[in-house]
Amino acid sequence: MRPASLRRVYPGPGGFDPQVLKREFPIFTNNPGLVFLDTGASAQKPRSVIDRIANYYSTDYANVHRGVYRLSARSTELFEEAREKMRAFLNAADSREIVFVRGATEGINLVAQSWGATFLKAGDEVLISELEHHSNIVPWQLLRDRIGIRLVVAPIDATGGLNLATFEGLLSPHTRLVAMTHLANATGALVPIETVTRLAHRHGAKVLIDGCQAAPRLTVDVQALDCDFYVFSGHKTYGPTGIGVLYGRYELLSEMPPWQGGGEMILNVTFEKSEFQDPPHRFEAGTPDISGAIGLGTAIDFIEELGRDNILEHEEALTGYGVDQLSRIPDLRLVEAGQRRLGILSFDLEGVHPHDLAQVLDQHQVAVRAGHHCAQPLVEKLGLAATTRASLGVYNDESDIDRLAEALEAAREMFAR
Amino acid sequence: MMDLRELYQDIILDHGRHPRNFRAIEHPTHFAQGHNPLCGDRVTVYLTLDGDRIADVSFQGRGCAISTAAASLMTEVLKGKTVAEARALFAQFHARATGGEPGPDLPEPLAEEMDRLEPLTGVKAYPARVKCATLSWHALEAALKSPGATVKTE
Repeated sequence: MRPASLRRVYPGPGGFDPQVLKREFPIFTNNPGLVFLDTGASAQKPRSVIDRIANYYSTDYANVHRGVYRLSARSTELFEEAREKMRAFLNAADSREIVFVRGATEGINLVAQSWGATFLKAGDEVLISELEHHSNIVPWQLLRDRIGIRLVVAPIDATGGLNLATFEGLLSPHTRLVAMTHLANATGALVPIETVTRLAHRHGAKVLIDGCQAAPRLTVDVQALDCDFYVFSGHKTYGPTGIGVLYGRYELLSEMPPWQGGGEMILNVTFEKSEFQDPPHRFEAGTPDISGAIGLGTAIDFIEELGRDNILEHEEALTGYGVDQLSRIPDLRLVEAGQRRLGILSFDLEGVHPHDLAQVLDQHQVAVRAGHHCAQPLVEKLGLAATTRASLGVYNDESDIDRLAEALEAAREMFAR
Repeated sequence: MMDLRELYQDIILDHGRHPRNFRAIEHPTHFAQGHNPLCGDRVTVYLTLDGDRIADVSFQGRGCAISTAAASLMTEVLKGKTVAEARALFAQFHARATGGEPGPDLPEPLAEEMDRLEPLTGVKAYPARVKCATLSWHALEAALKSPGATVKTE
């Protein structure tokens, strides 16, 4: 556990001091001067997570769910404890509704291939939005090509937010699933996902929410949201790579067939047939990423200790500061993000290609992402081939934004006509 | 770390801002598209061959300063060259831009043209940018191989 002093040591937004917090992230000690603004791609890891993984391998490691010996029992207990932490993190009703997957991408593919391929038929519609990244587009295209569903795309409006009226108009008795991002990774547009879910349910559709960018920044309560599936990735949530979570309503998971076969997910196997475990183990074939799950559990402890309301307050304040500072830079256009932008600043500097820009920023030790952010259809819809994106984390503060702004000025000067 | 001005030399910034031969050829004998799916950059290279000689060469597209300058400089050095000379230049340029073995020196006029491309070989210190410098050349090769092709830098 982190010392309680992480919190409330600082009168600024969120009540924690990012400068103090930076010392909890060894990457900043080992890369002095680094301005890391690519948390949207992957977050840096607190020492507690790194140490927990090493410590688990050093003291408690054995395979789970199979050994009679005490070490295996202890390992299983830690793994299932991590599942319980995920349940609490999402406020799911039951830890059996938490399936460990490799990441949000795998979670969405699981739903498409297991629930989608079983319960959808040709002509049924899956409704997504223009805000999606490739992980929430391609699995549905694969399913479409396999079984003939229709993929319907709800457009954004002029402000860059989801057009709710058009979205509602696209809902019909054919709509079986609405699969939508909670927070758009390319622009930072926060989607009114409660309204989306309510409208979708009113039309009898199930709802899957992609929480990749939202889970590290917002309190997520799947019971209050009333969604059917929710996915997020561990590595964007200050945890390790290779682990993520699929939440699914138990009654849905219990009707879904396995999507991968192997050990862990079976009750009884003969060469003629196999009987499968109940959820969640039915969907966790093979030895899982045990250390990943335990490491993610520690990342969740870290987040909860900072306080999710505090993190939101911090990110909102810093997003606002970023908008103010970047808006002062001539020729810079912030990419529209609807009514509410959170944690992500995507922009275009006229006359400077994002790749050139990111290169110059890197020279100033400012790490940002340049490109289409795995959301190519959205970036093209916004009339751009690529954007430069700064995304925020708990360790960022105003000085990071100032360094970004200075580096942007230097780039402008270099590429000035 | 290398000084960024070695990557963005004046000649690159100049060609990036004011690309030469940035136009379509209405009836090319050969053309091909290059696409870098990582960054969305696209370039179309147009060629008019007169026998074995490049009578005209041009390009259009969108890209970063490096890829635009690379395409612009490519069109400048290729005009009037034979197909074999163009390929020899590409082989030498590719080797130098990727830090590979450049092979035997090119014979004079070509060696001089190679010198003009030298500023672009700064990308070898930035592996992520090598594709930017070579995209138009890959498109050129695709156009020569099968007129009307699309090539991806993957």
